[in-house]
Amino acid sequence: MLSKLELLKCSSYFSGLGSDELEAISGLVFEKSYKNGAIIILEGEAAEALYFVASGVVKVFKTSSDGKEQTLAIIRPRETFNEVPIFDGDVNPASVQAMTEVMLYGIRVRDIGNILHTYPLVSTNVIRIMAGRLRHLIALVEDLSFRHVIGRVAKILLEYATDGTSPGPRLTQREMASMAGTAREVVSRSLKNLEKDGFIKIDRQRIIIKDREALNNIVSPLFETNVTDG
Amino acid sequence: MPQIDEEKCDGCGLCISVCLNHGLTIVNEVVARVEGVDCDWCAQCEIVCATGAICCPFEIVIER
Repeated sequence: MLSKLELLKCSSYFSGLGSDELEAISGLVFEKSYKNGAIIILEGEAAEALYFVASGVVKVFKTSSDGKEQTLAIIRPRETFNEVPIFDGDVNPASVQAMTEVMLYGIRVRDIGNILHTYPLVSTNVIRIMAGRLRHLIALVEDLSFRHVIGRVAKILLEYATDGTSPGPRLTQREMASMAGTAREVVSRSLKNLEKDGFIKIDRQRIIIKDREALNNIVSPLFETNVTDG
Repeated sequence: MPQIDEEKCDGCGLCISVCLNHGLTIVNEVVARVEGVDCDWCAQCEIVCATGAICCPFEIVIER
């Protein structure tokens, strides 16, 4: 596992700072550990700290009132989460859950304020990081709002399906996402929706098309136009 | 079982920690399958892998 100082050294937040400055900041870093499945941050609660993942993986997600979950990001070692409420002072906009045993390093809100005041270079780094996060979320909003992703996924399923008598190509959700021009999370949701509607059945490593005609109907003319238009 | 690309694996072990069936391990600094352990095809290992070294591909078949 990374030490506090090692993590600060490789963090984009503190790039450009010298050893003495990083040493001073590391004195403000605290540790927290969580078990697999633990909720680390709850949507709507007050933000306490900016977190760096030292080991393990966490997911950032939103939950709708009817219980649907949308993963916004997977955060791995050396990456950070909880920036938004730290910098705008509002409540946590999403929840965060440990996907493994997790060790986090954190810097409390008041200490972040002091760091920004003392080291203006960090503010420049923050702007760059936040712009990157915004770009990722814009792409996700585009996928969820405007694209007929389910139609694209249905088209991929029809194109790559075999009758099961001979081995056909095998696709990961990541590959389907790449083909559909969307995020893996959106493909996952599309497959779940198709299964819920009874059009397909996901049986471990097999996706069984149960209603070919229904999938054909989902692949709408509008979708074809979008693909042609690139 | 999930497919593993040893060339891409950096041995970080994240996939091992998310596998509920304890079906993965590290051998010679890269991930390997544990013989005899069943896989639920949950794809959590694929989701957490930052290098694309492990994946759970689906075969797509039409019901006859």
